[in-house]
Amino acid sequence: MKHIAIGILGAATLGLMASAASAATLDTVKAKGFIQCGVSTGLAGFSAPDDKGDWQGIDADFCRAVAAAVFGDGSRVKFTPLSAKERFTALQSGEIDILSRNTTWTINRDTALGLNFIGVTYYDGQGFMINAKKLPGVNSALQLSGAAVCVQSGTTTELNLADYFKANKMEYNPVVFEKLEEVNAAYDAGRCDVYTTDQSGLYGIRLTLGSPADHVVLPEIISKEPLGPAVRQGDDQWYHIVKWTYFALLQAEELGITKANVDEMKNSASPEIKRVLGQEADTKIGTDLGVSNDWVVNIVKAVGNYGEMFERNVGSGSPLKIARGINALWTKGGLQYAPPIR
Amino acid sequence: MASQDVLREEPSRGSFINDPKIRGIFFQVLVVVLLVAGVWWIAHNVIDNLTRLRIASGFGFLKGRAGFDISESAIAYSSDSTYGRAILVGLLNTVIVAIVGIITATIIGFVIGIGRLSKNWLIRKICTVYVEVFRNIPPLLVIFFWYSGVLAVLPAPRDSINLPFGSFLNQRGFYFPRAVWGDGSWLIFVALLVGIAMAWFVARKARQRQMATGQQFPVFWTSAALIVGLPLLAYALSGFPLSFDYPKQSTFNLTGGFQVRPEFLSLYLALSCYTAAFIAEIVRAGIRGVSAGQTEAAGALGLRSGSILRLVVVPQAMRIVIPPLTSQYLNLTKNSSLAIAIGYPDLTATAGTVLNQTGQAVEGVVIMMVIYLAISLLTSLVMNWFNAKMALVER
Repeated sequence: MKHIAIGILGAATLGLMASAASAATLDTVKAKGFIQCGVSTGLAGFSAPDDKGDWQGIDADFCRAVAAAVFGDGSRVKFTPLSAKERFTALQSGEIDILSRNTTWTINRDTALGLNFIGVTYYDGQGFMINAKKLPGVNSALQLSGAAVCVQSGTTTELNLADYFKANKMEYNPVVFEKLEEVNAAYDAGRCDVYTTDQSGLYGIRLTLGSPADHVVLPEIISKEPLGPAVRQGDDQWYHIVKWTYFALLQAEELGITKANVDEMKNSASPEIKRVLGQEADTKIGTDLGVSNDWVVNIVKAVGNYGEMFERNVGSGSPLKIARGINALWTKGGLQYAPPIR
Repeated sequence: MASQDVLREEPSRGSFINDPKIRGIFFQVLVVVLLVAGVWWIAHNVIDNLTRLRIASGFGFLKGRAGFDISESAIAYSSDSTYGRAILVGLLNTVIVAIVGIITATIIGFVIGIGRLSKNWLIRKICTVYVEVFRNIPPLLVIFFWYSGVLAVLPAPRDSINLPFGSFLNQRGFYFPRAVWGDGSWLIFVALLVGIAMAWFVARKARQRQMATGQQFPVFWTSAALIVGLPLLAYALSGFPLSFDYPKQSTFNLTGGFQVRPEFLSLYLALSCYTAAFIAEIVRAGIRGVSAGQTEAAGALGLRSGSILRLVVVPQAMRIVIPPLTSQYLNLTKNSSLAIAIGYPDLTATAGTVLNQTGQAVEGVVIMMVIYLAISLLTSLVMNWFNAKMALVER
């Protein structure tokens, strides 16, 4: 009797483990019919719900691009808002398929946490924001000794902050919250003098404050914050799909393929454009990746190229008005560079 | 004897399957086997999945450099300290807020509980309203009420409210002068300890004398004189070594002095007010549980109402009160984990940050669970000891 019970248990255990281990992300995503995308709880320009409840921003659009590559339909995404603290566990446990949540790429996250970052969709750096009306004399982060600093817990921001004040022999008083909204509310209420996070985030947050004009972002950038999407380790196919979706967005911008002209571009005379758009005879680029051959067409139709995505969400087409800067293509003096699609 | 043996053997006439004794053993063994197999399966699955996802595991990460700062710490801590120390800081913060919360909640609870039985209509109604309000609001909302509703609307540091004795109140917290003990101040503490010991001794002697002869001795005034007078004498003898560090205005905040942060204040006030409502009901039930005959009998002996409460009712009520009181103390301790909503660095918050910075989710959660379990078991142990001490001694 006992042996039977153990036997049954053992078999059940093996069966369950086998099913958990072998399921490839692409297959499970196709089976459920949508991509589960981990985003922030609301950061303007990156991932925030608009007045209709649709998620907008670079990070949200990136997930739409992956959905377009996989399904040919950019709307087949479901978004999971995550706090900084929840984000890695959600990805590790398989609750989400992509973590696209203004997350900094670090070696620790790539190795010890079992994640794979696919690239840098936004080159950022950490900055400080103060209320210039309440603190008129302050125009450099080096004058901040003794200040109360609002910061979100569990972020690289929290670590850079400690390093920066220590390196410059300044004192500070951390006021730490788990959720972004709590940090915003505390800063707005005057609980702290300084708000620190990635500079792009500061511009976004400033817009949500009571009187945005009172607040200034100080010039210092104290860290490198390469923000990018991440996937789980151990599934190379899914990793490649997500990674090459990002490269396809860059390649499309480099070749001048836009949301408006993508259909005309299919008949372009340029062999490179034809190849990227899957119009080459007997092409296997898409199918080798595990998606259809017109995947780049689908991506661009869904969200446009990288430049369009940038301008719409954080650039000139948005209230944030952030310049391209180092996020420009390599051909225009920036850092965004895609390996060839061939 | 013989007839009993016959009776006992009767049920085992059938096969082994129908023997209740063997059946009992079989099912107990089965449950143990299933339990062990279940635990083993979960543990195995976790380890298997962690290795498959290439997530580092083990508790070695506790020795790593934390790299983040914590706003409130009872022990020396900086970003150079280890993750283990960061968790310890969180644990101490939880213990501090739990202990002061428990003391305050008990005092408020007893006052309100006795107040609900008052003969004064107004006091009775005020206490009833207090209990009904706080008992029926979730603790998280009470915390937010104090944090966002009361403390956040205080003025900015530049326009701090001046309080007596060089204290200030603003939205960054409550500031008061910090005592700086100079050379020779150890004498004052020694004097205080000696004073307390002598007061205890006097009280003991006075009680023995009253038992033996019926004569009373002014214990309260003697004790007060000993506890206050001796340290004052020592203070004067050692050359007034005490000075104060007053909070001062600086560019951003008030500096110097001692700061009680609004995160701690709101958590402490909320937990105390919330739990006090439950304790009040327990106290009321305890007092009501002592039969009216006891009060009447004490009255017939000529005791005054204060003495009746102190000598007859409360000692008996305590026996009813202590067991549910233990649960409330445990609740308060566990509710302190709601601190995370307002950024008080308690155990859940700091261990959570460590968990996130290192990615050691399983270990992090295990550490938190074990610590909370240990705190709760320790509280229960102390309260059980207290309960045994207060229990009716049968002679």
